[in-house]
Amino acid sequence: MENRIDQLFANKKSGILNLYFTAGYPSLQDTAHIIKSADQAGVDMMEIGIPYSDPLADGPTIQASGTKALENGMSLKLLFEQLTDIRSFTKMPLLLMGYLNQLMQFGIDDFIAQCKTVGIDGLILPDLPIDIYESEYKVKLEAANMHVIFLITPQTTEARIRKIDALSRGFIYMVSSASITGAKKDISSTQVDYFERIKNMNLKNARLIGFGISNKETFDTACAHAQGAIIGSAFIKALTNAVGDLEGIVHQFVAEVKGKTEK
Amino acid sequence: MTFQIDKNGFYGEFGGAFVPEMLFGNVEELQNRYLSIMEEADFQKEFQALLKDYVGRPSPLYFAKRLSKKYQAKIYLKREDLNHTGAHKINNTIGQILLAMRLGKTRIIAETGAGQHGVATATVCALMGMECIVYMGEVDIARQAPNVSRMRMLGAKVVPALSGSRTLKDATNEAIRDWIANPVNTHYIIGSVVGPHPYPDMVARFQSVISEEMKWQLKEQTGSENPDMIIACVGGGSNAAGAYYHYLDETSTRLVAVEAAGLGIHSGHSAATSVLGSKGIIHGQRTILMQTDDGQIVEPYSISAGLDYPGIGPMHAHLIDKGRAEVVNATDQEALDAAFELTRLEGIIPALETAHAFAALPKLKYNPRDVIVINLSGRGDKDLATYVKHLPDGE
Repeated sequence: MENRIDQLFANKKSGILNLYFTAGYPSLQDTAHIIKSADQAGVDMMEIGIPYSDPLADGPTIQASGTKALENGMSLKLLFEQLTDIRSFTKMPLLLMGYLNQLMQFGIDDFIAQCKTVGIDGLILPDLPIDIYESEYKVKLEAANMHVIFLITPQTTEARIRKIDALSRGFIYMVSSASITGAKKDISSTQVDYFERIKNMNLKNARLIGFGISNKETFDTACAHAQGAIIGSAFIKALTNAVGDLEGIVHQFVAEVKGKTEK
Repeated sequence: MTFQIDKNGFYGEFGGAFVPEMLFGNVEELQNRYLSIMEEADFQKEFQALLKDYVGRPSPLYFAKRLSKKYQAKIYLKREDLNHTGAHKINNTIGQILLAMRLGKTRIIAETGAGQHGVATATVCALMGMECIVYMGEVDIARQAPNVSRMRMLGAKVVPALSGSRTLKDATNEAIRDWIANPVNTHYIIGSVVGPHPYPDMVARFQSVISEEMKWQLKEQTGSENPDMIIACVGGGSNAAGAYYHYLDETSTRLVAVEAAGLGIHSGHSAATSVLGSKGIIHGQRTILMQTDDGQIVEPYSISAGLDYPGIGPMHAHLIDKGRAEVVNATDQEALDAAFELTRLEGIIPALETAHAFAALPKLKYNPRDVIVINLSGRGDKDLATYVKHLPDGE
């Protein structure tokens, strides 16, 4: 079967909204409910964060949600159980986002098997170096048609971007600035220059912009320079403030971000 | 076989640089330049001069007569406690600040647990007129007040780490995040032989002055460069790395690493990483660390804020894995007892971290003719409040 990420990028060339949330947050059993609500609200793709004790690349909002999820009793094993029926109600590409240590402890073979069983299409592991990916993980993950998404930043050299592009499947995750997640509010002209510089490299992979995308304005700016964008911390904040009706919160958040760009 | 790092930044299967792309450029720059900068004549001249005239090196190698009599061996103490700022930590911060200046950096960040590395970093920043930000767990700020005051007096900004368990591992996370947000002007001075390559090797090289001096000091005092045993406490492992460095491939010298067992190895309140830990990734390195089955990093415990790190440096993970180093554990109480014993026998108050190394003596087997070097990594002024609380009965 073709990977759902590839299908999405084949069918939709712009305005792609990828929403990140932390599994088991705000409540332990919210995981599937949030995915279902986001699907109905018109989200194109989701990143499911595996809560981690030491999330180096994440800012305070996502770390706090992970800490809460762990307190709620979340674990990778439980996450796969929660996702068992997920493909009965969504065709969205689903990615898992976590840290390499979590995969090492679960065991890479078991991890891949579970991902295939529930229908996960890709992985984002910010602390997986590309040379270790090539030497230890690439063969197994490619055989399973699991896409590994790599990050690039404004500091990433052109030669390295070319290397990452050659190694990537699915899309390239453009970190919008030198920052952890959830750090900035507006997009500067320096960032736009960087977006354009990468756009003009004509990479083989699609690009999604993340980190600092929080509302309609920043989402639209990102979409003007790439196929779409990823929102994490701002969505977590909306979920944090959610009282009762999770579905309503998700719909409202997505409607606000997409605004008039929505068909 | 050698126990040194390989060209890819690994000690056997441990080490490497598992960092997010946001840090790749900085880490790569360090990887490409640390050795060539350290080998420059100008760098060496400045480094050696500061070690001699500012730090006060060489640190003495002292024959501890009364301790030797009690434990029936020839025990020598490597007096890193007599360095400026009171511990071995300054050897590394002097080296790294000189390196940072040559990389054109203008802002220094550091993490600290007990505060010794924070003080050593604040000190070299004052010396060189550099901006200094030290991340320290909120819990550690409360229990290491004298060192917090020293850092502030030296002009450093002490930022409490409020995430996670609010101790050393979280202070390290916060420092790494600062570096992600400030990749161009900032150098991160890591305080131990931990973190992504090249930090473990770079810090070990800066600390290797300890065993370099031991070689000629032992030759002078005993007639042989090589002792039978070297004992050092291990949290991340920088003082041990320095004390072992020039003996790594001298397999006739036993290397003993002493870990903090807290209230007991299996009490649930321990920092005995090599016993309780398993292979994984922490702070950008593959090593042995304490974690749950789900891969969540566990918060360790020790009475000493400098030893409660959930991992160990990759060099030590490799030395232990290959049987080159042997591990001994010491509980809080054993460390306290050893501190009082050293104080009353030799008139030296050790840091609580260092006291763990002395607590290994009654647990080891050796011959009366054996020459044993204990790395006396730091002095105990900062721990007086804890010591006074635990003074032996009736005093």
